[in-house]
Amino acid sequence: MSISREDIEKVAVLARIRVDDAQISALESDLGNILNLVDELSAADTENIEPLSHPLDAVQRLRADEVTETNRREAFQAIAPATEDGLYLVPRVIE
Amino acid sequence: MHNKSVAELSRDLESGNVSSVELTRDFLDRIKSEDTKYNSFITVSEEQALADAKAADEQRAAGNATVWTGVPFAHKDLFCTEGVATTAGSKMLANFVPPYDGTVTANFRQAGAVCLGKTNMDEFAMGSSNESSFFGAVTNPWGLSNEQKRVPGGSSGGSAAAVAARLVPAATATDTGGSIRQPAALCGITGLKPTYGRVSRYGIISFASSLEQGGTMARTAEDNALMLNIMAGFDPKDSTCVDRAVPDYTATLNEPLKGLKIGLPKEYFSDQLSPAMEEQVRNAVKEYEALGATVKEVSLPNARLAVAAYYVIAPAEASANLARYDGVRFGYRCENPKDLDDLYTRTRAEGFGPEVKRRILVGTYALSAGYYDAYFLKAQKVRRLIQQDFINAFKDVDVLMSPVSPSPAFVQGEKSSDPVNMYLEDIFTIAANLAGVPAMSVPAGFVDGLPVGLQIIGDYFDEARLLNAAHQFQQVTDWHQALPR
Repeated sequence: MSISREDIEKVAVLARIRVDDAQISALESDLGNILNLVDELSAADTENIEPLSHPLDAVQRLRADEVTETNRREAFQAIAPATEDGLYLVPRVIE
Repeated sequence: MHNKSVAELSRDLESGNVSSVELTRDFLDRIKSEDTKYNSFITVSEEQALADAKAADEQRAAGNATVWTGVPFAHKDLFCTEGVATTAGSKMLANFVPPYDGTVTANFRQAGAVCLGKTNMDEFAMGSSNESSFFGAVTNPWGLSNEQKRVPGGSSGGSAAAVAARLVPAATATDTGGSIRQPAALCGITGLKPTYGRVSRYGIISFASSLEQGGTMARTAEDNALMLNIMAGFDPKDSTCVDRAVPDYTATLNEPLKGLKIGLPKEYFSDQLSPAMEEQVRNAVKEYEALGATVKEVSLPNARLAVAAYYVIAPAEASANLARYDGVRFGYRCENPKDLDDLYTRTRAEGFGPEVKRRILVGTYALSAGYYDAYFLKAQKVRRLIQQDFINAFKDVDVLMSPVSPSPAFVQGEKSSDPVNMYLEDIFTIAANLAGVPAMSVPAGFVDGLPVGLQIIGDYFDEARLLNAAHQFQQVTDWHQALPR
């Protein structure tokens, strides 16, 4: 199966990765090859087979709703690209 | 000193033959002089290591030593280490110094082991040759005498090369599709991927959450057992971790193998395997027969679909896991973003390398509206078929044996231009991740002077049996002791 330029552009927007025109051409062939590889799956008979998402079919554990972590905001924000007054800074969203 | 195993170094420390500070200095010097050839380390944490070694010596003097107290080792640079850079081999995390220890990291710290640094790896553990690292490719210590730089395998190529080159006696690693077993095989060392859920993933930078598992790399099976002893166990901080008792993995190493039932999956002795590789693997199986094991052919009929299922599921999970790298809270941020969208898209375009981007894009595609059922759901159904193959096989036999990789270590650059060709490096290892069963790679001979690995796959939580089988093999063979040349 091949993947079109438009598909790649759309997926790149969804994934929030900027791609330029030269990269799209390379991706068309690389992603097309990968999709060809995974197309083998379509031949498998999976009628009445349940999908498997956890190898041990475990379910999410629940815990008591208690505070177990301490507030470490300063340590976490010390490694952030930009902060101010305990907040993370990003470019202005609302003018 | 650097040729000794963890078990031997531990005994030397206990008898007072050497101090941890001396041992640590010795290995640090060796890394400094030798690693220019291999590039197996991203970070060497010399100061921290010497401080930890001093503390370990004091702990031993006070009579509070464990087997690991004062023993040097290294972490794959995917394990978060408080205060020491943890990069995942990516520009995205080149400046990331974790404010916390992962659970495995904390376990080694608590046992008194001395971490010398962080080993190189494929970016975000995506690769089979260690060529996708932002910090440069790793060179396999094997094959250098022919003046050909060969890959160490990946993604745990730095850990494998460092152990093979005797820069550390042991190193942690992770395995999502073969990332412990394939580099262990290509570098001639012993590696174990435990059962999914056996080792906590808390503090291991995530790539594909339902497939990846932290594991062990060392030269001997016994050292792998010593590592797993402190790594395995339940952790409430990892919701996928399994609450189940942990045996002493060293206690059963010396059990005789008489009566061990070995299955050889016929699909793993296919024409993708070179005759020379097959001969080495079959010779290893003969050693097992001589040790009293019985051998029969078995079938994993859906194994041929494993690579296809993996390259839907792993990228899909990666696309979700790697969404967190947005240039806001930690890691790389692009210069002068003009708005929020520019911040996200340029940070990710500049911070991720080509293979990581390919996988995020494939994964996003497989999960996007209109394709979810055809790709992701279909792959998860095939995943159950593959798991069922293993469940059926283990009704009949105790372990499965096969090659680890279709060929020995290849020359750098040989496969890096063709992603799909690179993916096929893992055709024999991926199914174990999809099923979640434990699997090992054990040195089992040479082809063209390069190491060959024997894969031993076990039933769920049967790590003790794998380690026992590997240890017994290492009592009658010396492939694992061979020095790189």
